[in-house]
Amino acid sequence: MIVELGHFALVLAFLVCLVQMVLPMWGARVGDDRLMGVAEPAALAQLGLLIVAFAALTHAYVVSDFSVANVYANSHSTKPLIYRISGVWGNHEGSMLLWVLILALFGAAVAAFGTNLPATLRANVLSVQASIALAFLLFILLTSNPFARLDPVPAEGRGLNPILQDPALAFHPPFLYAGYVGFSMAYSFAIAGLIEGRTDAAWARWVRPWTLAAWMFLTVGIAMGSWWAYYELGWGGWWFWDPVENASFMPWLAGTALLHSAVVMEKREALKVWTILLAILTFSLSLMGAFLVRSGVLSSVHAFAVDPKRGVFILAILMVFIGGGLTLYAWRAPSLRQGGIFAPLSREGGLVLNNVLLTTATGTVLVGTLYPLALESINGAKISVGAPYFNATFVPLMVPLLLALPFGPLLAWKRGDVYAALQRLMVAGLLAIGAIVLVFALVERGPWLAPFAIALGVWVIAGAISELLFRVRVGNADVAEILRRLRNLPRSVYGTAIAHAGVGVMVIGITATSAWQSETILTMRPGETTRIAGYEINFKGVAPSDGPNYREVIGLMQVSQGGSRIVELAPSKRQYNAPPQATSEAGIHVALMGDLYVVLGDEAGDGAWSVRLYFNPLVRLIWIGAVIMFIGGALSLSDRRLRVGAPRRVRRPTHAPAPAE
Amino acid sequence: MWNAVRVLLLLALLMPGAACAVQPDEVLKDPALEGRARALSAQLRCLVCQNQSIDDSDAPLARDLRLIVRERLVAGDSDAEVTRFLVARYGEFVLLRPPFAMHTLLLWLTPLLLLAAAAAGIGWRLATAGSQPPASAPLTTDEQRRLAALLKASPPEK
Repeated sequence: MIVELGHFALVLAFLVCLVQMVLPMWGARVGDDRLMGVAEPAALAQLGLLIVAFAALTHAYVVSDFSVANVYANSHSTKPLIYRISGVWGNHEGSMLLWVLILALFGAAVAAFGTNLPATLRANVLSVQASIALAFLLFILLTSNPFARLDPVPAEGRGLNPILQDPALAFHPPFLYAGYVGFSMAYSFAIAGLIEGRTDAAWARWVRPWTLAAWMFLTVGIAMGSWWAYYELGWGGWWFWDPVENASFMPWLAGTALLHSAVVMEKREALKVWTILLAILTFSLSLMGAFLVRSGVLSSVHAFAVDPKRGVFILAILMVFIGGGLTLYAWRAPSLRQGGIFAPLSREGGLVLNNVLLTTATGTVLVGTLYPLALESINGAKISVGAPYFNATFVPLMVPLLLALPFGPLLAWKRGDVYAALQRLMVAGLLAIGAIVLVFALVERGPWLAPFAIALGVWVIAGAISELLFRVRVGNADVAEILRRLRNLPRSVYGTAIAHAGVGVMVIGITATSAWQSETILTMRPGETTRIAGYEINFKGVAPSDGPNYREVIGLMQVSQGGSRIVELAPSKRQYNAPPQATSEAGIHVALMGDLYVVLGDEAGDGAWSVRLYFNPLVRLIWIGAVIMFIGGALSLSDRRLRVGAPRRVRRPTHAPAPAE
Repeated sequence: MWNAVRVLLLLALLMPGAACAVQPDEVLKDPALEGRARALSAQLRCLVCQNQSIDDSDAPLARDLRLIVRERLVAGDSDAEVTRFLVARYGEFVLLRPPFAMHTLLLWLTPLLLLAAAAAGIGWRLATAGSQPPASAPLTTDEQRRLAALLKASPPEK
């Protein structure tokens, strides 16, 4: 009954979407307030209905209702509760439902908080947003119904893939989708702006918070996936340039470019035409990535034909939204007037360089990802484009970006003084040079480029701090005055500096672990001891153990340093019961300088086991960097100047404390 | 990555069990040769996997390839000779880093072409910027008022 209720709510949401798509846009066209006024209640109703649908499916998972085909195929009664819930989006149909739910959440947010948007813009935005939701709801209802029933009812489900049964992966998809779908706001605003034939600084100011929020979610989502891959896949890798990873990385790169170009548009009314295009492209990449992967095109050409109905439907959605958006753009963009003029060496110029490099990187990843497909369909030649290609093309594009990054915020709008900026970055430059010397002195092995890459990270971090210090004019004030100025700096200034510093932290982590990872592969008998990176590891033997839905063999490893015991690691090999599958759980010891990472391999006979040991220096900085970037984004988002959507708060008396977000 | 999971699902089907890439019995005694083998392995694709190098993959075929690489190296082949041998046997598909050739021209030149296009676009804008009057979008009086109120409510940066 509850399941049918969910299905019914889904159909109802589809109808509400239809109304929300047609009436407000028509109202905006003929200037009818009542028709435009339909948008808000419709957006809220759509959210309400989709919450009901999602809750119904979740309920079926929680109570293990195997009469629902989707639950039967992806769940098992012995699974822990958290994975029964995360199983809802751990499959195609359920994840589509999550996708439209998040889409509705963003639409409802505009309806609820966008009260001071111009009426026509709000109506058009919600209308475009509804058209996206409409397409996906139709897709779900026609090809991917999560509520389909089974008869006869199976006694037990087939279970969720064990590698999905993991806390980081449980919450990875919701974040990722919040990012993908969040960029739909930028798309809807761009289309609405093009329909109205007018986009200006105010438009950019309204778009920015949504883009920033989406970017933050995507940052965390990607980082979570990478972290999961690191500890779950059992060889300490954290990024593989896999097509499916690229699919999430491309919208992130384009979204990062969009964030920066929207700043120029807001402050200077320049780069309008470009910003609109970028908004369309970013969401197009989200759509393309999420769906080409889902349909199997990227992973395997043949998986596409498995369900041609779905594949064709997805293609149609892509064509309508990407093709339609770009056509509208080509038609209306020439009528957009360009604003502010600026010298090449200026804040705007710096942000243009940022955009050039980031979009080139996006294009490179896109071509690299799709090239094998395209080539094979043209002349049948099969080639592979893997990590070595992406490292060779992507890294050289990031080096100038990172070199230029600290300059950007220090240059003035319109016409910047590079010499003055250089002077302000003197200390950062000296620190970077110091880092090169220090690393060369401390580390005796590894690639000779690595110290320079570390210096690049130091340069970016120190540059971000220099910017803050410059803004409070350290040097001509006493401590109390500096503290007062620091307090008065807008949060968005801190946000920028912190997010940029996060990039630097990540660069250091990536460099250190790529350049100086150490590895030992060997067979160990119980009682034997081996060494890696200053640790002594004593293999004490193996012990069997039982989990809720698996059995495992645990390797007992006593880790000592300089004779004193530090920790006992317990890497294991698990055998899950449903579906029957083996996984390997690494034993990880986290220390200041890096992770000791131990993996239990196969039994080598005679009581001996193959064991793999890694030391991954500073690897945590990769994810810490991503978290710092997220925090920077959150600070920026909490800046009152960005929250035009909340006018009542903005109008609060200035002596009232700023609301804590 | 959730999406990576789909790949892993496929991988899982191909794997006999969760083991870990290079096994102790494969490792060569000579550390220099082993180092070369590892570097080569990272550039070679496990043919039955989704975009994994033979260095990372647990598939039996990847193990076979790793052993072939080591065999050839022990026999005295150069890195290029090992690569040539594998390409002759398995095709270019085995290379994770495609060679620079006619059919991969566009692939390798993409970054340069995009940068050139951007440079051309910016150059064109700079050349024509002088002739354009700095215009702002037409706003209705009501919107002018709203915008003014908004800008007043939030002091400009710096």
